[in-house]
Amino acid sequence: MIKIFKYSFSDLMRSRWSFIYLAFYLLLGFVLLFLNNDLSKGIITLMNVIVVLTPMIGTIFGIMYFYNSREFTELLLAQPIKRSEIFLGQFLGISISLALSLIIGLGVPFLAYGLFKSSEILNFILLLISGTFLTFTFVGLAICIALFNSNKIKGFGYAILMWLFFAVIYDGLILLGMMVFEDYPLDNFALIASFLNPIDLSRIMILLKLDISALLGYTGALFQRFFGTGMGLMASWIMLLLWTAIPLILMIRKAKKKNF
Amino acid sequence: MIRAQHIQKSFGKLQVLENISLEINQGGIVAILGPNGSGKTTFLKILLGMVLPDGGEMFYQNQNIAHSHTYRKFIGYLPQIARFPDNLTVAEMIKMIIDIRNEPANPDRLIQLFGLEKFMDKKLGNLSGGTRQKVNIVLTFMFDTPVIVLDEPTAGLDPVSLIKLKELIFEEKKKGKIILITSHIMSLVEELADEVVFLLEGNIYFQGSVTDLKSKTKTEDLEHAIASILEP
Repeated sequence: MIKIFKYSFSDLMRSRWSFIYLAFYLLLGFVLLFLNNDLSKGIITLMNVIVVLTPMIGTIFGIMYFYNSREFTELLLAQPIKRSEIFLGQFLGISISLALSLIIGLGVPFLAYGLFKSSEILNFILLLISGTFLTFTFVGLAICIALFNSNKIKGFGYAILMWLFFAVIYDGLILLGMMVFEDYPLDNFALIASFLNPIDLSRIMILLKLDISALLGYTGALFQRFFGTGMGLMASWIMLLLWTAIPLILMIRKAKKKNF
Repeated sequence: MIRAQHIQKSFGKLQVLENISLEINQGGIVAILGPNGSGKTTFLKILLGMVLPDGGEMFYQNQNIAHSHTYRKFIGYLPQIARFPDNLTVAEMIKMIIDIRNEPANPDRLIQLFGLEKFMDKKLGNLSGGTRQKVNIVLTFMFDTPVIVLDEPTAGLDPVSLIKLKELIFEEKKKGKIILITSHIMSLVEELADEVVFLLEGNIYFQGSVTDLKSKTKTEDLEHAIASILEP
């Protein structure tokens, strides 16, 4: 697994797209900080970008890498190694190279701005951690979609739909549900609904950490009460871990049964 | 050494292999022939554990290969399409496969034979199809495996490299290895193969030497023998 990871990582780190992705974050970080001149505002804007962008890039990179390296994967499958090691190694190669682009791309401008002297450092780290989690989750989901669909066009379509669902459609549906059932108490519904979408979950975790949950109104207060407690915080971290683990388990199960 | 028992495989409604039983015990070159889509590659991939059969069993050294991966260190495989990670160099690629297989390898002689020295530091994404195929050949032949599986090995090769490949195959045969090969180039099969296995509609239609096949079909050369089977 480590060997496969080592080589797919060094292949991806030298790809043009990794540089473009890194350059994008560098530019975004510098522009935000030096135009805004405010670390905490910068972090809020970044959050809005990260919770939508990292899943999208993870999805597209994951599915493209998988389809592009199909023949190479076949060559690996003929070697004396386990299938699960091949796919876990490739998964780690993609996710870690993307996560590094995110961490370095945003880390450099924030360090240059004087992050260590600020009280925002914990918020910033939380932002990077959730971006990393989202990358892992969506790369895993994308590889699953690719494993289930041999047809590239179909697989790509499903992957984009999956991202669109979690990033946009899901919230729309929840909102719609809340409007239809507005006469009923919906606090618990909202809480559970946010747990079932990794993008919403990371967004809420960051918002609450930034102490601007007042913006969320009554539900925000409820969320604050839940996530503010040790148990709530624990539950949300466990949920993020589950969101990373479940696509991986699905991926390995499918990979073991697939014909290449 | 290699034993297939009642292998069945279908993809959706398409039954590719209906009932294949085959035993190869002696060293030598076995050509798997058949029209397009007759399941030659599928059969080889089942031997390598890449495609899982719907029914039947495959044995290597009397061990069922299902759920095993260690037996693959005894098989060298040359895939039909040579595509590698674009941003790795040829040298890195060779190092990677040696690293993964963890077996002694001798790539230098082959690199020299196919004139790949000047490409060693080039990225694989920038190589031509023929050069990639040469890298593919190096990756397969650099290990000393008792079984070698070659799926369309001549794709994209120039005549000089083709001759070198043929010499290489003969050399390996002399060491008593089992070499399984598929090809659509009949002159190559006629030149190389000790035994021919002809797949048709999911079954083994013929198994024997090239001479047997020619006398069975009453034809002069292999190309016409195959044609007479397909269009009686």
